Amino acid sequence: MSLLVAEGLGINFGGIRALDGVSFAVEPGEVFTIIGPNGAGKTTIFNLISRIYDPHQGRVTFAGEEITRVPPHQIARRGIARTFQNIELFQHATVLQNLLLGRHAHRRTRFAEELLFLPRARRHELAHREAVERVIDFLDLQAHRDSLIANLPYGVRKVVEMGRALCMAPRLLLLDEPSSGLSVEETEDMAFWIQDIRTLLDITVLMVEHDMSLVSAVSDRVLALNYGRAIALGTAREVQEHPDVITAYLGGS
Amino acid sequence: MRFLFKTSYDQDLGLFRDLVQRNWYVALLAGLLVLPRLVPEYVVDLSLVFIYGLCGLSLMVLAGYTGLVSLGHAAFLGVGAYAHVFFTQTLGLPWLAAVALAAALTAAAGVLVGLPALRMTGVYLTIATLAFALIIQEVFARWEHVTGGLKGRAVDKPVVFGVPLGGDVAFYFLCLAVLAGAVWLTANLLRSPTGRAWVAIRDSEIAAQSMGVNLALYKTMAFGYSAALMGVAGALFAHKIGFLAPDIFSVLLSIQLLLMVVVGGLGSLHGALFGAVFVALLPVAISQARDAVPTWIGRIGALLGKGAGDAAFTVTDRFVKQPGLEPGIFGLILVLFILFEPLGIYGRWLKLKLYFSMFPLYKQATFRRQKAYMRSERLR
Repeated sequence: MSLLVAEGLGINFGGIRALDGVSFAVEPGEVFTIIGPNGAGKTTIFNLISRIYDPHQGRVTFAGEEITRVPPHQIARRGIARTFQNIELFQHATVLQNLLLGRHAHRRTRFAEELLFLPRARRHELAHREAVERVIDFLDLQAHRDSLIANLPYGVRKVVEMGRALCMAPRLLLLDEPSSGLSVEETEDMAFWIQDIRTLLDITVLMVEHDMSLVSAVSDRVLALNYGRAIALGTAREVQEHPDVITAYLGGS
Repeated sequence: MRFLFKTSYDQDLGLFRDLVQRNWYVALLAGLLVLPRLVPEYVVDLSLVFIYGLCGLSLMVLAGYTGLVSLGHAAFLGVGAYAHVFFTQTLGLPWLAAVALAAALTAAAGVLVGLPALRMTGVYLTIATLAFALIIQEVFARWEHVTGGLKGRAVDKPVVFGVPLGGDVAFYFLCLAVLAGAVWLTANLLRSPTGRAWVAIRDSEIAAQSMGVNLALYKTMAFGYSAALMGVAGALFAHKIGFLAPDIFSVLLSIQLLLMVVVGGLGSLHGALFGAVFVALLPVAISQARDAVPTWIGRIGALLGKGAGDAAFTVTDRFVKQPGLEPGIFGLILVLFILFEPLGIYGRWLKLKLYFSMFPLYKQATFRRQKAYMRSERLR
C-alpha cells in the first residue's frame, strides 16, 4: 500500500490555478522528488500535505487515513515532518532547543507534571534528549549543540532544520529544496544524508529540489510539474529526457 | 576561564548551570534574608520589588517567551486584587484558598482574553488587550457591591494559617517566598516541552505548527498561566497598597509593567527580575533625588557667588517639583534602552560578564548581530 496518496489536488489563489488535479503516490521506503520551474506548485503541494492550505479539490491520504481535513498540528503526530524552503528555525533558541522541539509530537507529560518538574517529566526530558543526541551524531552537529541559531552559518542552519524534522522520528519526511543556498560540498553531504535517512533510518522522503545532480543521485522516482499540472513521472533520467519537461524548462514551439 | 565539564544529560536539566552558579544564588537568597535588618527603612519598597517581580515573570512568559505583547496586564492585577479581597473579606475564606481562587479566576479571565486573541497577531493583539483593560477598569468602578466602586475598598492585613503577616518585615518575607516559588514554577515550565513550545511560537508559528504544536492551545495556556501569576501578584499587591480603587489599575500601570520586561531584557527570567528592581525602585530614587539634587546644584552654584547659588537652587527645585516628571523619566529611559540596549539590563549584565571573563580580549561585535535583529523584531 502506498504511504502517501494525493488524488486530484487542486487549489486556486485568487484567479491563479496553482494546482490543477495533481495525483501521485509515494511508496514506503522510496525517495520521491518533485521538480518543476518556478511557480509550478511544488511547495504548494507541501503546504497542502502539512495542511497550511485547504485544497479546493482532491484529497490526501497518509497510511490509509485521509488527512485532507485534519488540523495542521495533528499532521506531525501522524508521522509527517517537514523542512522549509527559507529555513524556519527558532532564531533565539539554541540548536539543542530547536531539536528538542522536534520531539514535541512525542510529548506525553501533562502541564502539572512540567510545572512541578516531577520525576516523570525529568525521565521524559532525558528520553527526548537521547533521541535528539542520536540525530546530532547522525548529522555531525556536536560542535553546534549550544550555539544560537542566529549565530550559525546558513549551511549549518539547513542541516539543523533537517535535524529538527528527523528528531520527530517521522515516517515521511518532506524536504523543501534541501540544497538551496548550499555549496557543492554541502550539497554532496546532503545527498549522502538523504540516502542514509532512507536506508538507515527507514524514513520515506518526499522532496522538492532544483539541483538535478542531487535529484538524480538520490531519487527513485521523479514527478515533474508545470503550471500546476503533472507533466511527467518516472526515474530521474526518464523525466529529464521527457520532451514536455524540456519544453517546460527551456521553452519551445 | 572556567569551563563546564558535562558528563550526563541530567546536568543540562538542572536549574543551575553548575555548583558555582548555584552557590551564587544561595548567597543571593541569604543576602535577601538579612536585607530587612540592613535597610529597615526600605523594606516596604522591597516588598513592592518582589510583587513587581511576579508581574514581570507573568509578562515575561507572555511577551518575552511567547511573543504576545499585552497592554492589559494591570487589569489582570486588578482582577486578582479584587478577587482576593472579595474572597477573604466578603466570603471569609482562608488566605491561601483565597489566593488560589483569585489566581484561578484571573487565569480564567486570561483564557477568555486569549481566545479571541488567537486570531490576532502583533499590534492588533496588543490593542485588543488594551481594550480589555479599559473594560475591566470600568467594571471595577461600576460593580459596587463587590469592588466598592469609585469609593474604593479597604484591604485587611494578611493572616496566613492564623499567623498575622501584616508587619512590614513579615510581609517582605511573604512576598519573597511567593516570588521564589513562582520563579521555580516558571523555570520548570521553561525547561519542559511547554516552555519550548512557547519559544517556538514566538520565533516561527508556522514551523511550530508543523512540529505538532497546537498554536491555539499553547497561546491560551500562555495567557492563562501569565494571568494566574498576575492574579497572585494582585493578591499581594492589594495588601501592599491597603486600599483598592479602580484608577490604580490604569493603562499607565500596564505600560509600566511592560516597561519592566523591556528594560529588564525580553526573553529571560533574569530580565523580568532586573526590570522589577528597576521599576519598583526608580520612583524611590526619583523622590530622593527630588530632595537632594536642588541642594547640590545650589551648592555648586554657590561657588560662583551666593546669588547664583540661590537662583540655581530655585530653578532646579521648580523643575524637579513638576508633576509629570516621573512618567517623563520613565519614558525617556524606555526610549534610551530601546535605542542603545535592546537586550535590556540582562543584556548589559551578559556583556559585563563576558568582558571580564574574556579580559582583555573582549570584542564589541560579539553581540552586534543579535542586537540588529532584536531591533527590527520589536517593530513587528
